[in-house]
Amino acid sequence: MTQAPAAEPWMQALRDRAFARFSELGFPTTHNEEWRFTNVAPIARTAFIPVAADTLLACSEAVKELGPGRAEAHLARYAAFDENPFVALNTAFLGNVTVLEIPRGVVIEQPIQITHEVPERPDLGTKLAAHPRTLILVGEGAQCTIVETYKGAGTYFTNAVTEIVVGDRAVVDHYKLQQESLSAFHISTLQAAIGRSATFASHSISLGGALVRNDANATLSEGSDATLNGLYIVNGTQHVDNHTLIDHAMPHGTSHELYKGILDGQAHAVFNGKIIVRKDAQKTDSKQTNKNLVLSDDAVVDTKPELQIFADDVRCTHGATIGQLDAESLFYMQSRGIGKREARRLLTYAFAQDVVDRIKVQSLRDSLERILFEKFHELAE
Amino acid sequence: MALLEIKDLHATVGDREILKGINLSVNAGEVHAIMGPNGSGKSTLAQVLAGRELYVVTAGSVTYDGQDLLEMSPEVRAREGIFLAFQYPVEIPGVSNMYFLKAALNTIRKHRGIDELDAMDFLNVVRDKMQIMKMDQTLLNRPVNTGFSGGEKKRNEIFQMAVLEPRLAVLDETDSGLDIDALRVVAAGVNAMRSAERAMIVVTHYQRLLNEIVPDFVHVLADGRIVKSGGKELAVELEAEGYADLYEEPEAVGRV
Repeated sequence: MTQAPAAEPWMQALRDRAFARFSELGFPTTHNEEWRFTNVAPIARTAFIPVAADTLLACSEAVKELGPGRAEAHLARYAAFDENPFVALNTAFLGNVTVLEIPRGVVIEQPIQITHEVPERPDLGTKLAAHPRTLILVGEGAQCTIVETYKGAGTYFTNAVTEIVVGDRAVVDHYKLQQESLSAFHISTLQAAIGRSATFASHSISLGGALVRNDANATLSEGSDATLNGLYIVNGTQHVDNHTLIDHAMPHGTSHELYKGILDGQAHAVFNGKIIVRKDAQKTDSKQTNKNLVLSDDAVVDTKPELQIFADDVRCTHGATIGQLDAESLFYMQSRGIGKREARRLLTYAFAQDVVDRIKVQSLRDSLERILFEKFHELAE
Repeated sequence: MALLEIKDLHATVGDREILKGINLSVNAGEVHAIMGPNGSGKSTLAQVLAGRELYVVTAGSVTYDGQDLLEMSPEVRAREGIFLAFQYPVEIPGVSNMYFLKAALNTIRKHRGIDELDAMDFLNVVRDKMQIMKMDQTLLNRPVNTGFSGGEKKRNEIFQMAVLEPRLAVLDETDSGLDIDALRVVAAGVNAMRSAERAMIVVTHYQRLLNEIVPDFVHVLADGRIVKSGGKELAVELEAEGYADLYEEPEAVGRV
């Protein structure tokens, strides 16, 4: 891979540092505990050609789009690239950065929509790689909703990094809809720095991609409230890996996590939920749940909670389940005349329902319901 | 011709035989009660009629309306007019009662060649029937049986029966877990459904329900066979004398 064209000196310096770090780290192998179940060799051995994703931004005028000058103080300060090679790679290719600021105290009603689409560029070759980068600064007491969508066609590699800085007492609702093509590679890192008494929720919906790895990380301050929810639906030979990290650094933080997965075919899903409660983070209240519905005999789930608790007055619960459709429920529906296939579809949909219900953006919920309806029709076949 | 004709029906679960040769003939318009001690096979019979795959029919035949019932999938049986009111109605979080029942009703209507109902027409159909069952309309928007009390679940079963209008209703211990007031509401719902075209099989352990739903025939099931049949007075006898005489061997201590 080659480096992107020259930019402002500080950004070029950042890129150079990141590229140097990536060269040291290299692509992770399955010997690395963080990547134990996810083999990125198909990405490592492909000579991708870097390209800028088509990024479409739709938001209210109250949202400020910032130039690189303002970004300098924040960019790459949250998503560290010293450990994660894909963040390093993204940073090495910094170019079209989306930097948004929601000023202090401003309430934005309309969701901020950011859509990244990897274009088809036959002139450049068939294997493209895009490294979308987003930085969103939410001022003290401000409120907003962010919807990120990733899509494309053909075989390509999206390596996205999003940094969100949630100011004190701010309220941010974040959604990531991953609808990449079924032959795409998708690696993403979300890094949220949550201020005092601020509320941050992120909902990750992962539908497309042949090989997908999502890292969703949140660092809490005193009295912060963090929610990380996710829904992944995979079929065929799709592989999806969700790693979450909730870092309770200060006291009185609360965090909630609900990840649900539906697997069919020979799909493989990985969930790793790390929760760190640091020494000072007394009165932390943290709950993590991962539930998987396996519709075939050949699908595989690896799920692992990882709790590191250094404070003594805290409450942390976690639970993981892997199950099939309930035979009693299927029979109950059939005994009312509902066909077996339709009953399976309804029960599969019902499994996803509580994650869908938590989506507050009506238009997103509606379109997701449509997508799921069609998807479960395929799965039920 | 009888609506339902069961001949020498044997059924097993795992390698245990539960039904050991049941013979029963039910005509349209009749209500048959099946009584018997726990473990006699009452619920198995109910589930076999509805098509539960857990039970394997090893011998015998069941003819429903001239057709081989055992050849039909559970959903086809339901569409053909068989309804099982479950002893333990299943909770289905994530599927609303309304969506569930509307889907069921429309599948059955389609099967019978009647137009499917839209949401408004459906509401009109269910409103009166909810009133009969003294059910709150908000139950429609809740997930199927989820968080319902025991009584609400049983009423919901009979409410579903009222909406789906089966030709053969099998009520499996519909009285279990109900206090006397709830029992009367459920029984009133069932009695409102009695008609010359509809047959009912009422499975119960206690005579109490049969004071409210008065059967035409009573059968006593013991150890997988019908050991005694008679009119409604048989239920009263059983209540007085218990099931103990029905066994050749004395019951083990502690067995109900």
